[in-house]
Amino acid sequence: MLRYSLRRLLGAIPTLLILIAVAFVMIRLAPGGPFDSERQPSPEIEANLRAAYHLDEPLYQQFGRYLGGLLRFDFGPSFQYQDYSVTELITAGFPVSLTLGGTAILVALLVGVAAGCLAALRQNGAVDHGVMAVSMTGISIPNFVMAPLLVLVFAIHLRWLPAGGLGQGSLRNLVLPVIALALPQIAYLSRLTRGSMIEVLRSNFVRTARAQGLPTWKVIVKHALKPALLPVVSYLGPATAHVITGSVVIEQIFSVPGLGRFFVTGALNRDYTLVMGVVVFYGVLIITLNFLVDLAYAWLDPKVKYR
Amino acid sequence: MTRTNARFGGLLSLAAMLALAGCGGGGAEGGGAAVQVGGPSGTELAEHQVLHLGNGSEIQTLDPHRGEELQGSNIQRDLYEGLVNEAPNGELVPGAAESWDVSADGKRYTFHLRENARWSNGDPVTAHDFVFGLRRGADPKTLTIYSFILTPIKNADEITAGKLPPTELGVRAVDDHTLEIELANATPYFLGLLTHSMTYPLHQPSYEQHGDLFVRPGNLVSNGAFVLEEQVVQSHIKVVRNPHYWDADNVRLTEIWFYPTEDLSAELQRYRAGELDYTYDIPTARFDWISENLGSELKISPWVGSYYFGFNVTRPPFKDSPKLRRALSLAVDREILTKDVLGAGERAAFGWVPPVRNYTGQNMVEASWTQAEREAEAKRLYAEAGYSEKNPLRTTIYYNTNEDHRRISVTLASMWKETLGAEVELFNQEWKVFLDTRNEKIDTQIFRSGWIGDYNDAFSFAELFRSTAGQNDAGYASPEYDRLLAASQSELDPAKRAALLEEAERVLLADMPLIPLYYYVSQHLVKPWVGGWEPNIMDRYHHKDWYVLKH
Repeated sequence: MLRYSLRRLLGAIPTLLILIAVAFVMIRLAPGGPFDSERQPSPEIEANLRAAYHLDEPLYQQFGRYLGGLLRFDFGPSFQYQDYSVTELITAGFPVSLTLGGTAILVALLVGVAAGCLAALRQNGAVDHGVMAVSMTGISIPNFVMAPLLVLVFAIHLRWLPAGGLGQGSLRNLVLPVIALALPQIAYLSRLTRGSMIEVLRSNFVRTARAQGLPTWKVIVKHALKPALLPVVSYLGPATAHVITGSVVIEQIFSVPGLGRFFVTGALNRDYTLVMGVVVFYGVLIITLNFLVDLAYAWLDPKVKYR
Repeated sequence: MTRTNARFGGLLSLAAMLALAGCGGGGAEGGGAAVQVGGPSGTELAEHQVLHLGNGSEIQTLDPHRGEELQGSNIQRDLYEGLVNEAPNGELVPGAAESWDVSADGKRYTFHLRENARWSNGDPVTAHDFVFGLRRGADPKTLTIYSFILTPIKNADEITAGKLPPTELGVRAVDDHTLEIELANATPYFLGLLTHSMTYPLHQPSYEQHGDLFVRPGNLVSNGAFVLEEQVVQSHIKVVRNPHYWDADNVRLTEIWFYPTEDLSAELQRYRAGELDYTYDIPTARFDWISENLGSELKISPWVGSYYFGFNVTRPPFKDSPKLRRALSLAVDREILTKDVLGAGERAAFGWVPPVRNYTGQNMVEASWTQAEREAEAKRLYAEAGYSEKNPLRTTIYYNTNEDHRRISVTLASMWKETLGAEVELFNQEWKVFLDTRNEKIDTQIFRSGWIGDYNDAFSFAELFRSTAGQNDAGYASPEYDRLLAASQSELDPAKRAALLEEAERVLLADMPLIPLYYYVSQHLVKPWVGGWEPNIMDRYHHKDWYVLKH
């Protein structure tokens, strides 16, 4: 297990390097630059600007400088938000995105798995059809449609919840963005759980457990849930990625100051360092999460062994 | 040196007295005219003088000398005070300088600073702070693209180009409260430039202590009506009343929150949910809905901006073809464009310079014709330029991706198709890509453009079409036009100067490197309890003049 973990970690390094290199070149290939604006700077000022941000150096030198900075956890200065460094922006934005995304995944897991189990137990009954209909709707409605609808109903007409912003970190501000972010995941997870639970419920060991006279809840919780969760766990990796990409839209709509918003504005402004910073940060995050998911797999499924 | 300028001091104290008289029991002042508050008219002040304002996309910086966008300057205007200030209606009024004198040749300005002006930490605001700020603005090391604002000051351009050290700038602190600025040429609009953030003073000790971090909350020492209290990037900026401000007694608001929202629909939602008292802009697509449902809160007013489509005159088909350019311009029905396609109060434009101070806007000669006459002339010119039904003009329009620009481009293309039979292909590009394409002048034939004046003077528009201007995306180069502009820069007499600039605009409109389409309007949603708001052509507001009515 230890050796496996070590190998995975070492394997992550080239993956990350390739990611950094590709992103580094791609953003510079995009037409338009960070200093393009309606008011053209004079040639002298533009030269000064390029020198100040080391854009006048050859690409390999810039890349080396960037990697050197990364080793010191220094993502460089933001081109657009001149008063802040990228490291500061990420440190400020990530906790917000983490709270938002983490809560959304947690909610999605709880609600999605519960709804899926319920539907599986009442297969082809009214509950099952109800859950599946709702989840189909949840999958079909994109979050950029769902989010404004939620705002319209709960913020503007009912005035129960705020329409946007973080307030003073109040929980009320999180409710709508979390729901908007979690809904598609709830929908997907409930379908996934239902399918795998139905399969598990038909398997021999469940029948044996039932034959022994165990109550249904005990059969589900103690025996059926663990194997039924396998596909759910393997979906967690992609789910995280979906939540991250979803948060790009949701943070925009709800004016939440998270990483997703920096990603979008960074790309539009050709804020090279900010985009790079977010890409590298998300890259590390996803690689780590995938690793954790694989470890969880071994724990859930005795047939899986890592060496 | 003789005094040509009336001293403003007396005038101001009179205004202040009037305002005080009008205030009665703890009222507020509404700027130019005193507003009766606290009386039976129901205009009582609210207990909490706090406003929440939408402020467009996230600001780049609070550094007054490095900012380049409107959003940042909206906040800097509250934090800092320049030598000259603006009344709610946009008129120039004394700011940190109580009064000033101008020499007879118009080249030397002497500013008398307020002795009671204080930085937010209590330090006195001195002439040295202004010298320090102005030198920093001209210094190429500051990396600002707006140093051209300082161009009229002696040696400014040489300093920005790195040929002279910043200490050579034509500014001097005669004593703690007297500042002298020497200009390279007489510049009649110089006072107006002094409202720009490039000319704000800087508190040297805190700048030297914190370096580039001097703009952070806790570090920032400013001399305006408000001080920075909190900043969370992409969330909000909170400023609070500056107790050391010289006119703090007349500042009503205790807190202002600025919220960045790139997404105008999201801003509208937050306004409707009661989280914002004021919006930066409105989503045009929702205009009809807004005017129907929030009509009384929608404020539309003229804005110093000109929207146009330019011709790339450096390449065929528009190179050396004034007749063709004129034909296309005449074939556009601006009434339909502004009333039916846009419909948010935009005013049809037949000239380049929008209504600005001390200037008579020029129109193309056909402005007074009927549209039918214009179209007939357009057909005639189109034929004369060598195009016909069998040999139609095939051209392209480039615009940056945006629903409004798309609608306008489609409208123009169909008008040209219908009237002239021209075949137009549309290309949209993402903003930064578009900026590159437009500036390169290789792929573009017709391109979308627009310009908001940096200051309330015709020159802010005229200079765009100078052959050397970086923003001259049309590639227009007319020796006559350049000559008139140069002459206007050294002309002392305001009337003669205006005449030169007006002549230049006529030259421009005769050559027609652009199709003027409409003059901008600013659009805001303002809650009924926001007092002290008054429209002004620059769309610039000093929140020290605002207050919250009881509601």
